[in-house]
Amino acid sequence: MTTRTPLLKAEHVGIQFGGLKALSDVNMELNKGELVGLIGPNGAGKTTFFNLLTGVYEPTEGSIVLDNEKLNGLPPYKITRKGISRTFQNIRLFGELSVLDNVKVAYHSLARHSILSSIFRLPSHFSGEKEIEEKAVEFLKIFKLEHVMDEKAKNLPYGQQRRLEIARALAAHPKLLLLDEPAAGMNPQETKELMSLIAFIREKFDLTILLIEHDMSLVMGICERIYVLDHGQLIAHGTPEEVRNNPKVIEAYLGEEVS
Amino acid sequence: MELIQQLVNGISLGSIYALIALGYTMVYGIVRLINFAHGDVFMIGSFVGFYAVTSFHVGFFPALLLAMVSCAILGVCIERIAYKPLRNATRIAVLITAIGVSLLIEYGTIYLRGAQPEAYPSTVLPDKKIEVLGVTVNSQSLLILGVSIVLMILLQFIVHKTKIGKAMRAVSHDAEAARLMGINVDNTISATFAIGSALAGAAGVIFGIYYTKIDPLMGIIPGLKAFVAAVLGGIGIIPGAMVGGLMLGVIESLVSGLGYSLWRDGVAFIILILILIFRPAGLFGKNVREKV
Amino acid sequence: MATLKRTIGFWISIVLALILFVVVQVLISGEILNSFYVNTLFFMVINIILAVSLHLIIGITGQFSIGHAGFFAVGAYASAIMTMKLQMPFALALLVGGVAAAVAGLLIGIPSLRLKGDYLAIATLGFGEIVRISLLNIEYVGGASGMTVTHLTTWPWVFACLLITIIVIANFTNSTHGRACISIREDEIAADSMGINTTYYKVVAFVIGSFFAGIAGGLYAHHFYIIQPTNFGFLKSFDILIFVVLGGLGSMSGAVIAAILLTIVSTFLQDYPETRMIIYSIILILVMLYRPKGLLGTKEVTSFFKLRRAVQGGIGNDNKNTVA
Repeated sequence: MTTRTPLLKAEHVGIQFGGLKALSDVNMELNKGELVGLIGPNGAGKTTFFNLLTGVYEPTEGSIVLDNEKLNGLPPYKITRKGISRTFQNIRLFGELSVLDNVKVAYHSLARHSILSSIFRLPSHFSGEKEIEEKAVEFLKIFKLEHVMDEKAKNLPYGQQRRLEIARALAAHPKLLLLDEPAAGMNPQETKELMSLIAFIREKFDLTILLIEHDMSLVMGICERIYVLDHGQLIAHGTPEEVRNNPKVIEAYLGEEVS
Repeated sequence: MELIQQLVNGISLGSIYALIALGYTMVYGIVRLINFAHGDVFMIGSFVGFYAVTSFHVGFFPALLLAMVSCAILGVCIERIAYKPLRNATRIAVLITAIGVSLLIEYGTIYLRGAQPEAYPSTVLPDKKIEVLGVTVNSQSLLILGVSIVLMILLQFIVHKTKIGKAMRAVSHDAEAARLMGINVDNTISATFAIGSALAGAAGVIFGIYYTKIDPLMGIIPGLKAFVAAVLGGIGIIPGAMVGGLMLGVIESLVSGLGYSLWRDGVAFIILILILIFRPAGLFGKNVREKV
Repeated sequence: MATLKRTIGFWISIVLALILFVVVQVLISGEILNSFYVNTLFFMVINIILAVSLHLIIGITGQFSIGHAGFFAVGAYASAIMTMKLQMPFALALLVGGVAAAVAGLLIGIPSLRLKGDYLAIATLGFGEIVRISLLNIEYVGGASGMTVTHLTTWPWVFACLLITIIVIANFTNSTHGRACISIREDEIAADSMGINTTYYKVVAFVIGSFFAGIAGGLYAHHFYIIQPTNFGFLKSFDILIFVVLGGLGSMSGAVIAAILLTIVSTFLQDYPETRMIIYSIILILVMLYRPKGLLGTKEVTSFFKLRRAVQGGIGNDNKNTVA
């Protein structure tokens, strides 16, 4: 399955907020096509690590390299254009925009028509908008959201909002997709559907996926490798089986829900 | 000696800014709201003091106390009527409401008593010139400075040594956690408004005595500048507001002293924009990041 | 198909707008409208331009600017300098007014748009005050007593500027660029993570908004014979803000309607300025308490017509093809 070409390489990555070290010395390598889990108890620094990868925060130490390009210090939108996109733990859709427009926003960076051509309604505006619209509609069909495409995103039921957020992230054409607790707040049936959706998009878009989960049992089934964070440090890394039996991991999860 | 003279003027002016800025900073610290109406509370305080002195012939301290109590009540009313229902609304909605309240107080006052200015009687406080090391200091300025300092010390005492002060600090740190710990968040917020407004009321009376002329729109510019002072010191930080207020007063006096008195009002806003750009957390503030 | 329908709607709006233009022109030339009404009408249009230009910044891009009168002032003074001091033609003066305001928008926008919410509001308010105080202190433009300006603003100018403002801002909004701006309003962090250069679009919206505020300033200066720094204080900024908020943050037709209504209200209350301000402030507070979305929310007038009829596009003069 894995072709063993590294896509993302994070070396000795860390960040300090004031005097507080939120993350330190995190090393991670993701190969093309892999589905990797990042787990850890609450407050372990998982989302912070995503924020470092996507440029929301700049790491105070270490380096992050995607496809041999260094990402440190780039603003988030540039990192997205280089090929990392994400979803958020607490869904962040553009609530007042329609479902279709949410996906269209992700296509914005591909638009070639300028502001002036839109203001003066030049032919390039119409062709550009048409292209975006067609692509976005096609995309919604893949995610079975085309029947609600004119709804405001905020009016969708929770499960569909999660799906739309993943669709929107994928529409930005990532090489690496970061999913932050995508199953949070879902019932078992929805979670099962979500997992098959993740497997499906991974095949279809030839993606590398890094998945944060709080709940260990969930990632065990689908991830090939798992990294475990605790108190801002990687404490374990390996196959699900290895991680499950790692005494450090068991200790970190003690007092938490035992999975 | 001219310079020292200006410095003294600046400190007196700055202590007025500081008193107003404290209210801004306390309210912002606790509900993250720029209370635009705060400058108008200051104006009301000034008028209450004026009417107390001219109509009821009371002395300086009773007038000061009356102004502080009236403003505290006014502040709590504003909070309960206009801001409390909006506690979960967007920041923009709250900010616009604050602007609305401010306009309402200003023009409501004009509607009730007319726009004409009043002059504070000069007999409220003894006005003697005192020579200190070759610098002529007005006894009024000294008293004003003294009153301001006492009020600020009192505030520090309330915030750090009393139960309500502890509650205020807890709510400003994390309102939700404070609620879970059994703190009455609504009352604490009201108390914050009351204390902040009382200080603004005191500033109003002091302003009236110092500058004599008062009018219904007098609160706008000092209000805005006090806000600048609060931002300068780091909004939400009480010592920051004091230092910011004093600094702003001194800077303005120096600018006037250098002969650019027409630009005096502009300086405050230039400082504001510079500080917002280069150190938005203020001189005493820590940078906080938005949680993602 | 949708594009075609939208284009038809657009042309219908243009035709209706032209009819309105001709009717008003006839009324003015035939002196059926007396100067009081003409005055109110011009003032109304200037307010609409201001409202629509601020709508782009606050309503669409979500950047809370409360110093719009500053750009209005820059446009007014720059255009007045062109005609009065440099004897340039009015058209050029208008353009220069717009460009000067846009440059001011760029200069203030680049540093301050990094600020969020309250802080941006205060920074823009500070900017507006700095403009006013500077004008007070610059002898070249008359200081506190202001500048006298010849009357050059006529109905065709006013109307053309209004039309251009609305078309440009509507066209910008209804494109991928406008969507980028709306996404910033909705969730800046998410917009960023979708590859939107948020700083760039905030500045663009700010510059376009400032440009049209400057145009409005040019029209204003050449209509009222005299301009003084006091015309451009932050009460003026609040006036414009009220149009946008009352109309519904995010709705251009809402801003237009609010500008029309409030201009009429304030004309009737001209002799009672305090009453006017009291009514304004009470409206503002009540709207925020009971209908914080404003008159129309983020909807456009056109969307109501779409529900009832198959025909697309705007009816009336002021809501071009603003398909939200």
